[in-house]
Amino acid sequence: MTLALAVDIGLTLLILAMAAWTIAVRDTFASVIGFVTYGLLLTLVWVRLAAPDVALTEAAMGGGLTGALLIGAAARLRSTESASRTERPSVLTRTLAAVLSAAVTAALAICVLNLPDPAPTLAPAAAAQLGSTGVGNPVTAVLLAYRAMDTLLEAIVVLLALVGVWSLAHDRAWGGYPQLRSHADPDGILAYFARVMAPVGIIVGIYIFWIGADFPGGKFQGATILAAMWLLVIGAGLAHLPPVSQTWLRVLLVAGPLVFIVIGFAGLVTAEAVFAYPNGYAKPLILAIEIALMPTLVLALALLVAGAPQRMPPQ
Amino acid sequence: MSPSLSAQNLTTLGGLLLVLAILVPFAGMLIGFVFGGGNAQRVALATLAAGLAIAIAIANALAQSGKAVVYILGGWMPPLGVALRADGLSVVMLLTVAVVICGIGVYARADFGTPSGVKEARAPLIFWLLLLAVWGSLNLVFVSGDLFTLYVALELLTFAAVPLVSLDGRTETVRSALRYLLYALLGSVLYLLGAVLLYGAYGTLDIPLLAARVRPEPAAWAALALMIAGLLAKTALFPLHLWLPPAHAGAPAAASAVLSGLVIKGSWFLAMRLWFDVFADVVTLPAAQTLAALGAAAILVGNVVALRQTRLKLLIAYSTVAQIGYLFLMFPLATGLATAGLDSAMAVNGGMLQAISHATAKAAMFMAAGLVYTTLGHDRVADLRGVASALPMTVLAFALAGASLIGLPPSGGFLAKWLLISVAITTAQWWWALVMLVGGLLTSVYVFIVVVRTLAPAHVGWNPKTTVPRYQQAAVLALALCSFLLGAAVLCPVDVTQIGRTVSRNTVLP
Amino acid sequence: MNGPTLFGLCAAALVGFGLYGLIVNPQPLRKIIGFNIIGSGVFLLFGAIARRGAAVGMGGDPVPQALLITGIVVAFSATALAVALLLRLFDEGGLVTLASEAPPTKTTADPPDA
Repeated sequence: MTLALAVDIGLTLLILAMAAWTIAVRDTFASVIGFVTYGLLLTLVWVRLAAPDVALTEAAMGGGLTGALLIGAAARLRSTESASRTERPSVLTRTLAAVLSAAVTAALAICVLNLPDPAPTLAPAAAAQLGSTGVGNPVTAVLLAYRAMDTLLEAIVVLLALVGVWSLAHDRAWGGYPQLRSHADPDGILAYFARVMAPVGIIVGIYIFWIGADFPGGKFQGATILAAMWLLVIGAGLAHLPPVSQTWLRVLLVAGPLVFIVIGFAGLVTAEAVFAYPNGYAKPLILAIEIALMPTLVLALALLVAGAPQRMPPQ
Repeated sequence: MSPSLSAQNLTTLGGLLLVLAILVPFAGMLIGFVFGGGNAQRVALATLAAGLAIAIAIANALAQSGKAVVYILGGWMPPLGVALRADGLSVVMLLTVAVVICGIGVYARADFGTPSGVKEARAPLIFWLLLLAVWGSLNLVFVSGDLFTLYVALELLTFAAVPLVSLDGRTETVRSALRYLLYALLGSVLYLLGAVLLYGAYGTLDIPLLAARVRPEPAAWAALALMIAGLLAKTALFPLHLWLPPAHAGAPAAASAVLSGLVIKGSWFLAMRLWFDVFADVVTLPAAQTLAALGAAAILVGNVVALRQTRLKLLIAYSTVAQIGYLFLMFPLATGLATAGLDSAMAVNGGMLQAISHATAKAAMFMAAGLVYTTLGHDRVADLRGVASALPMTVLAFALAGASLIGLPPSGGFLAKWLLISVAITTAQWWWALVMLVGGLLTSVYVFIVVVRTLAPAHVGWNPKTTVPRYQQAAVLALALCSFLLGAAVLCPVDVTQIGRTVSRNTVLP
Repeated sequence: MNGPTLFGLCAAALVGFGLYGLIVNPQPLRKIIGFNIIGSGVFLLFGAIARRGAAVGMGGDPVPQALLITGIVVAFSATALAVALLLRLFDEGGLVTLASEAPPTKTTADPPDA
């Protein structure tokens, strides 16, 4: 057994133990903390799987923003904890669930052990076309050239989820401000931390976004970090979220997908198809799309964490 | 690459329309979101007109060429790139959804207008944005040729549909929406798991390429089981139907029409696409029989529970549970035909007709129930007196839509059941015919009860709570008539649904 | 046994764990966590498959890696919507349960065991 495999086995056991604990622990808050830890451990697996782009995404989004969302919810729901524990499923339900889950796991394990060797891969095809996209990071080429439609739709997914979250406002609060639950003292330790941390985080976020064309990183990872920094500043009481009726907010939210659509259709005239880029202009156009998507994603991701508008709109 | 495969990887004339069918509704949603308020409704209505025109143009392109309409996005060939493809099945669904959405859009103008004096109101804005989002997502489900793009489509559909359930903000509807979301998320993640297994085993997510590569082996069986199970949870096939009645009955009428008439057809269509196009060489008759058995249980349970409902909207929602069952009877019938060396088109057409007639009829029924509620201030089945005199067009629409659900001639439901029953007899699977007949009988009882109750004269001096605009009644009646006259599809000279379906034809041949 | 296969098996187990948690835990927030664990299992399986496809100097097949990024973003959006629904439910009455409005049938159908 090599050292690398020993590390992998240790990591696997740790992750499985963490997942099991997250599921089994009685206290919901503890479960959420378990889940966040689990997310950070997964990040290490992504590094071991030679997927640094995914590792960044998982750390920023799976661990960071999802963690913030779940911790916030668990903290608010604490008072209902004891009441909700009384409804427990019967032994029969639990047995059936265990049998079903074990069957799914067994079936998947059989599939994993029978995966074809050599593995089918699109890496050579992606590499062969990389030159015509002008970008150096093949993951970025997949996201913005080969499968640009998926990425456009994904940005729309995020916006649609935001519309869904906002739809849960009370009618009287419509158009108003979403509120992060923070009771931070503007001179307290959190505010101090935010003042120091936010500028660093913003630089890191922009850097990760900027290098994404050629190295691991990109708009989703960069946007997530920037969104987290914005939330940190707001949580520390140093800034406020904008009201959802603000026109500039809505313009920025839709600008990314709309620019993407416009550049996509321009391909019809300048190249041979929608979402095709003219020769030699692929990289600047890809960068233009990414720059337009950036504010959309930062705002949408942060506002998804912030939740539905709660305070009355400005008069 | 075989000639038939390479033909599916060339952009055809009219292929660009497929991109428009997806992106025009979404662009409408984005633009409506910026302008907000009453402008969102104007943008939405303009988009509805444009979308209907696009759907008709795609149908025309398909009929003219006699071949599937294809668009290669960005010029990147699958498996590296993704393709959009519309065969006969896709086009029929595109048209149906366009017509039903337009009907709902006309109806909803009265319920979701932004009140004068208010810059923007929550429910109207959200409704119009989500209506467009549902449309774009459904079109994507119908024309996407890539299993991962289809996953994104399923999630788009979920995120558009769930907030429609809780649009009025009552606690019970928020709870129904959360329950629906959890079922739907489990469904999509199981679907994605199946897609991941397929990529691991075959190195592509493109439907025609997969169809050529998939072999009966553990990875394909596991993928089939996971994806179909996930889609059944989203379609609410018995016994995964528990989320549906409260969600569909609690939403505002126009939203119920979207959810019950259209949204569940998206996941059903995808299940059918996988079954016939991707896994044609993997599926077995026992597997198909299992699906149909669940469908039969849905028909019986859904209809019996519908009979016991005291509220009209819940009755209609349980009727949806039953009607979903019919959609799954086609699977063993098609497989039965194929194993006998016959063309499975008749069974597939029966299923498609059932989907179309239910989409139109159920949208009409929920909107009719909405008008009844507006007029009476309640929707208790026991106390519908006076409705027929106040809303004659609406009661007629309800009766016509009901006739289509029961399967009376010349309705679409009749033709659908006639096709399915004929195939059941041809392939010696008479028990499915029996289930359909019993289901029709049960359906006729509750449709009859509702219509008779509405015909009772009102109390002396009773007046409608609110007067319903005539255009709302007309929209409901128009959709009901679509369903009722759909049986005329039998006169269609060409078998539209089978245009461009090379994949399933291959499997039919011995 | 190599790294990708090991992580693939780990993914299979995670899907099972998450599924069990989603079905058995009655609290909606715990169900949301269960869904996220299933999701991460699916993503990990895809990651293992991507790693197996390493070729032409790339550490893994970039197509699944790109799809994973999309998948993670979509899963986050789903979690945000679910949490928003849950918190709205909490604001309305403080009763955070998925059981329907009729508690009597609940107690008769499902007596509190142990």
